[in-house]
Amino acid sequence: MSKSSLDAIRTQVMWNRLIAVVEEQAQSLLRTAFGTITREAGDLSAGVYNVEGHMIAQAMTGTPGHVNTMATAVRHFFDHYPPAKMKPGDVYITNDPWLGTGHLFDYVVLTPVFLKSKLVAFFASTCHVIDVGGVGMTANANSSFEEGTLVPHLPIRKQGKLNEELISVILANSRYPVEVRGDLLSLISSNDTGARRLVDMMTEFKLSSLEPLARHILTTSEKAARAAIRALPNGAWSYDMPLDGYESPLLVKCKLVIDNGKITLDYRGTSPASLYGINSPRTYSLAYSVFALKAVIAPYVPNNIGSLSVFDMVTEPGSCVDPIRPSPVTARHVLGQQLADCVFGCLAQTLPGQVQAESAGAIWIMSLSSAHGRVPAEDVKGATAFGVISIGLGGIGGRPGQDGLSTMAFPSGVGSIPVEITEGQCPLWFKEKQFLKGSGGEGEYRGGLGQRIEVQNREAAPFVISAATFDRIRHAAQGRDGGAPGQKGAAYRKSGEHLKDKGIHIIAKGDALVVELPGGGGFGNPQKRSAALRAADEKAELN
Amino acid sequence: MATPFKLAADIGGTFTDIVLEQGNRRWSGKILTTTHAPEVAVLEGATNLIAEAGISPGDVSVFIHGTTLATNALIERKGAATAFITTQGFRDVIEQGYEKRFDHYDLNINRAAPLVPRHLRLTVQERLAVNGDTLIPLDESALPALAEKITAEGVTAVAIGFLHAYAHGSHERRVRELLRPLLPRGITICISSEVAPEIREYERFSTTVANAYVRPLMAGYLKRLQDGLAAMGLNAPLYLMMSGGGLTTIETASRFPIRLVESGPAGGAILAARMAQQLKLPEVLSFDMGGTTAKICLLSNYEPERAHRFEIARAYKDMKGSGIPVRIPVIEMVEIGAGGGSIARVDRLGRITVGPDSAGSTPGPVCYGRGGTEPAVTDANVVLGKIDPAFFAGGKIALQTDMAKTALQKNIGDRLGLKDFWSAAGVAEIVEENMANAARVHAIERGKDIGACTMIAFGGGAPLHATRLAEKTGIRRIIVPVGAGVGSAIGFLQAPISFEITKSSIQSLDAFDADGVNALLKQMERDATAEVLPALGQSKRVTTIIADCRYVGQGHEIRVVIPVRTLSNKDGATLKAAFERAYAAVYGLTIPGQAAEAITWSVTVSGPSPAISRPSKARPVKRAKPLRHLNLFDARLGKQVRSPVYWRFDLSVGFKIKGPAIVAEHETSTIIGSAFTASIDHFGNILLERVS
Repeated sequence: MSKSSLDAIRTQVMWNRLIAVVEEQAQSLLRTAFGTITREAGDLSAGVYNVEGHMIAQAMTGTPGHVNTMATAVRHFFDHYPPAKMKPGDVYITNDPWLGTGHLFDYVVLTPVFLKSKLVAFFASTCHVIDVGGVGMTANANSSFEEGTLVPHLPIRKQGKLNEELISVILANSRYPVEVRGDLLSLISSNDTGARRLVDMMTEFKLSSLEPLARHILTTSEKAARAAIRALPNGAWSYDMPLDGYESPLLVKCKLVIDNGKITLDYRGTSPASLYGINSPRTYSLAYSVFALKAVIAPYVPNNIGSLSVFDMVTEPGSCVDPIRPSPVTARHVLGQQLADCVFGCLAQTLPGQVQAESAGAIWIMSLSSAHGRVPAEDVKGATAFGVISIGLGGIGGRPGQDGLSTMAFPSGVGSIPVEITEGQCPLWFKEKQFLKGSGGEGEYRGGLGQRIEVQNREAAPFVISAATFDRIRHAAQGRDGGAPGQKGAAYRKSGEHLKDKGIHIIAKGDALVVELPGGGGFGNPQKRSAALRAADEKAELN
Repeated sequence: MATPFKLAADIGGTFTDIVLEQGNRRWSGKILTTTHAPEVAVLEGATNLIAEAGISPGDVSVFIHGTTLATNALIERKGAATAFITTQGFRDVIEQGYEKRFDHYDLNINRAAPLVPRHLRLTVQERLAVNGDTLIPLDESALPALAEKITAEGVTAVAIGFLHAYAHGSHERRVRELLRPLLPRGITICISSEVAPEIREYERFSTTVANAYVRPLMAGYLKRLQDGLAAMGLNAPLYLMMSGGGLTTIETASRFPIRLVESGPAGGAILAARMAQQLKLPEVLSFDMGGTTAKICLLSNYEPERAHRFEIARAYKDMKGSGIPVRIPVIEMVEIGAGGGSIARVDRLGRITVGPDSAGSTPGPVCYGRGGTEPAVTDANVVLGKIDPAFFAGGKIALQTDMAKTALQKNIGDRLGLKDFWSAAGVAEIVEENMANAARVHAIERGKDIGACTMIAFGGGAPLHATRLAEKTGIRRIIVPVGAGVGSAIGFLQAPISFEITKSSIQSLDAFDADGVNALLKQMERDATAEVLPALGQSKRVTTIIADCRYVGQGHEIRVVIPVRTLSNKDGATLKAAFERAYAAVYGLTIPGQAAEAITWSVTVSGPSPAISRPSKARPVKRAKPLRHLNLFDARLGKQVRSPVYWRFDLSVGFKIKGPAIVAEHETSTIIGSAFTASIDHFGNILLERVS
C-alpha cells in the first residue's frame, strides 16, 4: 500500500515537474526572441515529446495555433531523420507550412535528448521570425514560392556544431538576417534549456526512461477527454459560416459528429483554396478546431497527444482549410482562427445555451510601412524608411452569463503593442485607439466592443498599409440564442474611401488610416438584458 | 552613548508583527491586525513591547513601519473615488490593458475592472510626439468644464496621464497647475511624469491611477498613526519601508504611497541580505512562507535583485496578467499561492492541487476548528507531525488534528485511494514541488545556479518546508534565523534610508550621447537626493545607477550597472560591453553586430545601513534533551520515522542534531529532513547542512 501510494505521489510530482520544464523552455524563448509579435504577444510554443514523437507536455505560454500544430509536426522529422540515427548535440529544423505550423514565418526546431547516450525524449519549440524573404507578411502572393524561402527538414546543428552553411542560406534570404539568426539561436538554446532540466529531473528521480511517465500522462489525459465527450449527446450538427475571403467570399461548412466518445469535424463542402495567402493548411485548421472543441468540452484536460487524439477532422484536399502545395498560406490565421467560431456554431446546437456568440475572429495585423518603392521617389524624398507591425483586436462574443470581452484576442493569444513603443520605431502617430461605442452585438449579454484606431504620418509623406488580415468587413460576428450580430469591421482613408480588398494600400500625404475592429455578437435575447447592465453601459457611454 | 532602542511594525493581512531591538536584545510580538483602523494594533503592540522592555516611549530612537494597507485597498477596491484625465482618443487605455487573454483555454476569464470607471475617464485635446514636438496644442479652455465634472462627481483623487509624458511632462504639469485652483481643497492630483516616468502607456497610466487611488487613504492613515504615536509620547522619527527595500519619510510616502505595496516581503529580503553579509554568503535564496503565499528571492553579493515592475491584486485565480500592473522599484521575487492556508483539492484528472486560494484567517485551515471544511497545507503539516498542535501561534490557537485528518481523508484520500497519512504526504509533497518549480524557473530566468545558493528560510511556514525544498533544488545549506516568524519586521530595522527615481529615455549605446545622459542622470540624482536629505541630514550618501538595456528589436531589458561619474562618448562601448556580459550571463550567448540601447534609467541615493552585529562568544554546549519523540513523515525516504522534537531555546552553540528531527519554537518549527543535520551558529541561527 505505502509503496504504491508513494509511487502515485511521485508520478504526479514528476508530471508537475515536466510542465515546469517546458514552461522554462518557453520563457527562455520569449525573453530572447526578436520578432515584435513573438516577444510582445507571445507568438511561440514549446513542448516535450516521448521517443515516439508524441507530445506529453506543453507550456502554457504560447498560442493554440502553434501548440497544437507542433503536436503533429515532430513526427514528420522522423521521415527524414529516424530517431535511431540521431546523435547527442543534433538539432533539426524546418519551416515547411504543411509539415510545421502553417506558414513559412514559423521555424520549428527539434532537439533529441540523450541520457547516458540513450535517446529519452525530444524538445520542440517554434516562434514567428521577423522575415523569411518573399513578399513579406501579406496575403498577396499567389503561391508559396513567392512567400519566402522554405527550409525542408534539415539538421541545423550536428553533434554540437552549428550547420553554418544552412544558416547562411536562411540569412541570405531574409531582410533582417541579424534578428533571424538571433531567433534561430534562441530556439536552439531554449530546447537546450529544456533538455538540461529534463536530464536533471530524470537523474533526481532515478529514471532511465521517460516511457512509464509518458504512458501515465497520455492515458490519464485521454481517459479524461473521452469521459468528457461521453457526457455529450450522440448526434450530428452542422454550421455554415460565410467569410469575406480575398478575391471572393468563402464558405466554411462544418459538421460535428459525436459518436460514443469520439468526435469528428467534417469540413467537406468548404470553398476551394483562395488564390491569395489566407488559406489555412490542414495542420493549422486542426489546431484551432481542436482548440475550440476542447475549450468548451474539456478545458481542464492538459494538452497532449493523449487528449488531442480523441478529436478527428475530415477535410477536402485543395479546399481553403486544407490547401495543397503551392497554395499561398502566409496569412493563414485569417481563415484558421475563424474556425473556432465555426466549431462553436455546431457545439451551440449540441449544448444549447452553453456556448458563446461569435467573435471578431482573426487578429488584424496592421503591417505599416513607408512608401519607398511604391510611389515615385520624389514623393518620399527625405521621408524616413520604416516597417512596423501593430495589432488590432476586436470584441469577443457575449457569453452565457456575462458580456463578451472588449478588444481582446480570440482565439489567438496575441496581444497588442503599446502605442508609445510603435511611435518610437517610426514617424507614424496614433490619433485614436479606444473602444468603438455600440459595436458589441446586443443581447442579454452583449458582445465585446471593437475599437477605432486612427493612424497618420507625422512627416509630409504617404505611407503604406497591408490589409491582408482584415476580415469580418462584410460578414459580421453572429449573435447566439437571439443575440444581435456585432458591428462589422471597416478600414478606410479618413478622406472617405474604403480600402477595397486585402491588398496593399497607399495612404496619401496628409490623409489618415482608420480601422474599426469588429464587435462580438450578442448572447441571448436583448429584451432580457438586465436594467443594471443597461444602466452601466449608459453611464459608461458605451452604447 | 547608550545603545538606542529601535521599534519596527509590519502590518500583514492577518497579523501585525512588532519588534523592539536594542543592540543584540530583542522583544517581539504578533497581534491580530485591526483592519478597520490599522494604527490601533500598531499602537497597542508598541505599548506592550515598550512595557515589556521596561522603558518609556520617549526612549525609542526610531520607528520603522511597513504595511499592506495600500495593497489591501487595491485588492478590496476601497480606495478613493478617482478621476483620470488623459489624451483625447485614448480614454480606454487602462481598461484595454494588454488586450491579451491571460489564459487561452478558459472562456470565462475577465480582466481586472479598472480603478477608474469609464465615466470618470476624461480626455483633453493635446498631443506631444515621441520627440517632444507638439502635434496638438493643449486645449486649456476645456479645463473648467472638466473641473466642474470632477467636483460634481465627488471625486477626491485625480490622476493625469498623457502619451509620451515619460519624457515630455509639460502638458501634464500645465493641466495640474490650471486645475488645482478650480478644484475643491484637499483633492489629490498625481501626474504620470512624476509617479512613473516610464515608456509603455498602459503600465505608466495604471501606476499613476493606482497611486492616486490609494493616496487619500494612506495619507489619512499615516497622519492618524503619527498623531497616535505623539499622543503616547513616542516622538521618534518615523520612516516607512518601501517595496524597493529602502526607507523613506512620511512626507514622501504620502506622495508616492504606491511604493509601499510590497513592504513586508521587501523587509524579508533585506533581512536575508544582511544575514548574507553577516555570514559572508555571496549567493543566497531567501524563502519566506506565510499564510497565503510563498516568496522566493535571489541575492548575489549581499544584494537582492531589483526590478521596477510588479502586478497587484490579481483578480482571476491569481493568474499572471489578471491584476493591476505598476511600475515601481521592487525587490525582484517570485510570489506564488503556496502558504499555510492554501487549499488542497483533487482535480478532475485525479491530481492533487494546492492553492492559489487560501483559507486565510477566517475560517482558516480545518484544524483551527473555526468552520473551515477544505483541507489546507497547515492541516497536512499537523497530520504529518510537523506542527505541534499545542504550540501553534504561541499556543493561542489549539489545533484539531482529528478534524484535519478527516477532512484530508474525505477530500483527498477517498478520491485517490490513499489511506492514513498519505493524503497529507501528497499535499505536502505537491506544495513543496510547486515552490521548487517556481524557485527553479526564477533562477533560470536570471541565469543563476540555484544549487550554489544558501537558503535563508523565515516566515511562519518556511522552516517547515525548507529541507525538502532544498532537496528538490539541490541546495546544500539552509539558515533559519532567530525570530524567523517576524523576519520582515526585523528586516525593516536593517534597511537604509533611500530613494530611487526611474525614467525612460531611449539612448543608443552604439552612438552614445554622453552629454544628454549626463544631464539626465544629474537631474535624477538631484531629485533623489532631495527626497532623502530630510532623513539623512549630513550622513554619507551613496548613488547607484542602473540602465535597462536591450538589443534593438528585443522586448526584454537587462539591468546594467552604470559607473557613477561624468560619462564620455566612449562610454557607449563600455556600457555595451557591460550589457553583453550581463546578457551572456543570462542567455548564454550574445548577438554579434546587433545594436543595443538603454531604455530606462534608475538612480538610487541611499544612506548608510545599520552596522552588522557580531557573533556571540557563548561557550559551546554539547547536550540538550528532546521534549519528546513522534512519527515524522520523511518525504525523501518515503516513510515515517520516529524523530525527536527539541525546543529551540534549549539548544545552544555547537549542538548538532541529525535528521529526521524537529526544532520547535513559538512562531514556527524547523523540520530537519533525513538528508540534513542541524546546528546552532554563533548568532543563534539554526544552520542546516546536507549530509551526503
